[in-house]
Amino acid sequence: MNTVRSWIRSLLLVELFQGLGLTGKLFFARKVTLRYPEEKTPKSPRYRGLHAQRRYANGEERCIACKLCEAVCPALAITIDSEQREDGTRRTTRYDIDLFKCIYCGFCEEACPVDAIVETSITEFHFEKRGEQIMTKEKLLTIGDKYEAQIAAERAADAPYR
Amino acid sequence: MTEQMVNIEIDGKTVKARKGEMIMQAADREGVYIPRFCYHEKLSVAANCRMCLIEAEKAPKPLPACATPVMEGMKIFTRSKKAIAAQRATMEFLLINHPLDCPICDQGGECELQDLAMGYGRGIARFSERKRVIKDENIGPLISTFMTRCIYCTRCVRFGMEIAGIQELGDTGRGEHSRIGTYIGRSVDHELSGNVIDICPVGALNSRPFKMHGRGWEMTRHETVSPHDCVGSNLYGHVLRGKLMRTVPRPNEAVNETWIADRDRFSYAGIYSTDRLERPMLKQNSGWHEVDWETALAAAAKVLRSVNGDAGVLASPGSTTEELYLLQKLARGLGIHSIDTRPRQADFRDDEFEPLFPWLGHSIEDLERLDTAFIIGSNLRKEVPLLAHRIRKASLHGAAVMFLNPRRYEFLFPLTAYLSADAYTLPAELAAIVKAAAKAARKPLPAHLKDFVQAQAPQAEHEKIAAHLLQGKCAGILLGHLALSHPAYADLRMLAAALADVAGAKLGYISEGANSSGAWLAGAVPHRIAGGRKAALKGLDARAMFTEARKAYVLMGVEPELDCWDGTAALGALQKASVVAITPFVTDTMKRYAAVLLPACSFGETSGTHVNAEGRWQSFTGMAKPVGEARPGWKILRVLGNLCELEGFAFVSSEEVRAELKQALAEIAPDNQFKGTRNIYAEPPVKGFKRVAEVPLYSVDMLARRSAPLQATHDADAAWVRLSPVDARKLGITDNAQVAVQHAGARITLPVKLDDSVQSGNVFLPAGIAATAGFAPLYASVELERA
Repeated sequence: MNTVRSWIRSLLLVELFQGLGLTGKLFFARKVTLRYPEEKTPKSPRYRGLHAQRRYANGEERCIACKLCEAVCPALAITIDSEQREDGTRRTTRYDIDLFKCIYCGFCEEACPVDAIVETSITEFHFEKRGEQIMTKEKLLTIGDKYEAQIAAERAADAPYR
Repeated sequence: MTEQMVNIEIDGKTVKARKGEMIMQAADREGVYIPRFCYHEKLSVAANCRMCLIEAEKAPKPLPACATPVMEGMKIFTRSKKAIAAQRATMEFLLINHPLDCPICDQGGECELQDLAMGYGRGIARFSERKRVIKDENIGPLISTFMTRCIYCTRCVRFGMEIAGIQELGDTGRGEHSRIGTYIGRSVDHELSGNVIDICPVGALNSRPFKMHGRGWEMTRHETVSPHDCVGSNLYGHVLRGKLMRTVPRPNEAVNETWIADRDRFSYAGIYSTDRLERPMLKQNSGWHEVDWETALAAAAKVLRSVNGDAGVLASPGSTTEELYLLQKLARGLGIHSIDTRPRQADFRDDEFEPLFPWLGHSIEDLERLDTAFIIGSNLRKEVPLLAHRIRKASLHGAAVMFLNPRRYEFLFPLTAYLSADAYTLPAELAAIVKAAAKAARKPLPAHLKDFVQAQAPQAEHEKIAAHLLQGKCAGILLGHLALSHPAYADLRMLAAALADVAGAKLGYISEGANSSGAWLAGAVPHRIAGGRKAALKGLDARAMFTEARKAYVLMGVEPELDCWDGTAALGALQKASVVAITPFVTDTMKRYAAVLLPACSFGETSGTHVNAEGRWQSFTGMAKPVGEARPGWKILRVLGNLCELEGFAFVSSEEVRAELKQALAEIAPDNQFKGTRNIYAEPPVKGFKRVAEVPLYSVDMLARRSAPLQATHDADAAWVRLSPVDARKLGITDNAQVAVQHAGARITLPVKLDDSVQSGNVFLPAGIAATAGFAPLYASVELERA
């Protein structure tokens, strides 16, 4: 009996029309794919992308060389050297993040007591030469300076949930 | 020992405790941790932090565990609701004024308060008023202060009073206005002061050279041994990415307890000084060129092989035993018998009678159990600070501690007798004591000393010292560094040995450098081969090898102009010879006389063994990455041995070298029997001014001399001529005036410090410092005039 039914279904091309029906439905439905890079998906303010170091409004770098980010980093991507600056404050002389090692877990920004190291929502960056993946203190501060408004807005948006 | 024991119960567990001991001690022994800040096992009980409050049955209130003696049947609850509530309340009060600056505090991660706050602190503070802030004082180049963080445990104050013997830090004011500080804005200068960094439970007192340079958790910890004095303090080296960041004490009751001297703690800074020799260098066409190791080693081997044994080998007594063993093996293999490690000794008579190695005569721990100690020629506090600490403990227990010194030094413990005499008459003074002792004991004088000793006339002070030595049941006589560099050292020792014989005391040596004992055992002295056996061919000693100039020299870790008894003679001989220097540091002077410079590893970079004054073998491994192309000394010597085509240099590790030496040393025991019988004659008195040289605390070796923090201390400010006020008045010299000191055509100008403790006729002019480098022998007649 079953054999007869399946023969009839095959001859009437039922499955083909079902499939074409779905194709037709999606053909006229709203599209979810985007035309990257012209179009981009929205991101959460918690997005963990490229790192940056922030400054206070007076231009002073926030980082106090407590080395908590270095300690918490599960990929051992951060290397810090520190010393006492002439004005007596505790500062880094070297702050390197190796982005090849980094797994973008966000523990560093989580550990930072002064919100100095942050992960921005920047996802588009590339390296052309070996060694460029080491984000030095200067590079990180430059990124921080450039995107400070965006970083601050993201922190503010996420603040109620922290 | 019949101590009364009592039964107590700690957290439901019945334990035995000694009657009269504190609950804290019993709990520590049982492994029950009671939180504490002010309690420290080496200090007296203050009970002022209240963190150790515990509940005891029948006690209406919580009791401080550190200050409550155990009693029979006591039931103690350290984790009960009441105890925890009391501890949490204490913590809340402590945190009222303690700043929340752990991220920038150097103590962060190794802080007792931080650790305990994790367990006992409240998440949210209830205190919203203003916190108290205290202005910091500058208390010197070694210790940084941040007194706002202080919780008034007073450990540092008690350390000063009880261990150091001088209260440099004190507590002033009451309650909210309490302040820990120096009384009159002075710095903290005691030679053990660095220990307050370790005992401070918070970040109030921290290491200044290490300030903000690293974190406790990121460094790897390695066991090592201090390279500066004959105690051989046990250390931990903390290494960050191949660099030695700091050294801290490694507790060892038998050696350094939990303390170390500042010299052991801060000398590591010298490793990375700009003087470091990073690559092998060769003098070619009268200019210096950096070359590769092969070229440099080949050049060194060529120098050594070309002189047919007519060479001198001088090594620092702070070198490792392995290096010294290989050095003497290399030298003797090439027919060089003049090898020595006693650059600051002048008098080498009686070498053949000497014991196996310059032993302390006691274990270090036993020093504090002496009932009588007589120390000859030693500024013990500044020579070996931790031995001074042991002697201080003995003194506080009631021992009679007596000194015979060329001038009055400050000791921070009670002294029974102190004999201060013209440095050049020390043998006569000692002979007077021998005479007094022999008379009191009704024992005959040894024949060889009779003439000299009989000629002395003992005074009351001599008789007092003799009487105490005779009374002592456990007496020790120690020869210090000033005795060692004395021009009549052999006489001093002969007399000291005779005195020890008469009084039934033990004779001991406070040897120079970290490894004098190892040097003797390894055969790095001209009259002994490895294993302490007599050398068939006796070479020239450290002094004679320069007065009788050799064709070539090998220097290992020494700067002869600073380290040698007669720097002038040493420089003169070196300039005419081919010199191979195996050295971690290089100076312009060295570049003037050397032909080949081989960069050796410094402290912390090489493996090896030091044998301390009590004969304890302490091995350590290399922990830091060598600077530049520096190589461990034993490897350099091993390859030199191969290049010189000598047998038996196929070592692959320093452990193998040690094993070979250990074999040669099978079954030896330290002894301090000195059986010399040489007649002593009175020296004709020297007229005019006579130099006496002390070596300042932080100028003893290459490494300490290059440690910037140590060189910034008051102790390092030594470039002064110390003169008796009587002599100064005769010459019309005032305090702080510039004075010219002349000897054999050499002339140096230094400021004068008038010093009551200096005997008339003596001029104290330190050695081992740049200002007097290569100037004159440590003891010499000099001329003085106003500059």
